[in-house]
Amino acid sequence: MNGVPLDHALVLASILFTLGLAGLMIRRNMVFVLMSLEIMLNAAGLAFIAGGTAWGQPEGQAMFLLVITLAAAEASVGLALLIQLNQRFKTLDTDAVSRMRG
Amino acid sequence: MEIAFYLSGLVAVLATLGVISNTNPVHALLYLIVSLIAVALVFFSLGAPFAGALEIIVYAGAIMVLFVFVVMMLNLGEAVVAQERAWLRPRTWLGPALLAGVLLVTLVGTLWRGDIGLVIEGETLTAKAVGTLLFGPWLLIVELAAILLLAALVTASHVGRLRPPEKPPTDRESGARKEAS
Repeated sequence: MNGVPLDHALVLASILFTLGLAGLMIRRNMVFVLMSLEIMLNAAGLAFIAGGTAWGQPEGQAMFLLVITLAAAEASVGLALLIQLNQRFKTLDTDAVSRMRG
Repeated sequence: MEIAFYLSGLVAVLATLGVISNTNPVHALLYLIVSLIAVALVFFSLGAPFAGALEIIVYAGAIMVLFVFVVMMLNLGEAVVAQERAWLRPRTWLGPALLAGVLLVTLVGTLWRGDIGLVIEGETLTAKAVGTLLFGPWLLIVELAAILLLAALVTASHVGRLRPPEKPPTDRESGARKEAS
C-alpha cells in the first residue's frame, strides 16, 4: 500500500465531526458544550488538511491556520461567558439561561 | 506512514468518545488533549508538519491551558460529577446519538459512492509554501483574522470581568451610567 486514500482521511474527519455534534446535543454542562465545539472545529480543520495534502497545495494548511484563529476567538469568548454563568447563576447548566432579558 | 495514520486516527476517535461520555470535566479535558495530539500526529503522517506543530502549540498548548485554568477557577467538585451522571441517562443521549449516527452513515455513504480516487502520498508541504501563500495573495485574510482576534480579546475582557464588590452608587456615578446607556 502506498499512501492513504483521501476517502479515509475524510471519513476520519466525518467521524470526529459527528462525535462532536453528538456531544453538543447530549451534554447540558457548558464546559462539555465548549469542548464539543472545539472537536467539531478540529474535524473541519482535518478535512482542510486532508484536501490540501491530497492536491499537494499549501492552501489547506493556510485555511487550517484560520480555523485555529476562529477556534481561539470562540474559546476565549465562550469561556468568558462560562465564568459569568457560573458567577451569576451558580450553575453550569445551559438551560438556566434559556430566558434572556435584555 | 499509513500505519501512523490509522493508529493515530483510532486513538483520536477513542479519545473523543472519552470526551463526550466522561462525567468528570477534568478527565474529559485530558481526553480532549490526547485527541488533539492524535490529530496532530495524523497531520504529521499526512505530510503537513506545519499544521501539526501549530495544532500542538496552539490547540493542545494554549487553548487547552485556557480551559484548564477556567475549570480550576470554577472549583468543580464531586457534586458536578454526580449531576453529570444524573443527566447522562440513556433516555437523554439515545435520540441525539441516533440522529448523529444517521448523519454519519449518510456522510460516509456519500464518500463511499463518490469515488474520489485521490491518494495522499505524504509529500511534505513545508512552512515556506504556507508562509508565501499567507503573506502574498492572502494578506487581507491574515489581517481580517488579526481583527477577529482583537475583537475576541476585547469581548472576552469585557464579558469575563468579575463583578465589583457591591457599593451604594453615588448620584454622580448613576448619572454617568444613565448617559452611557
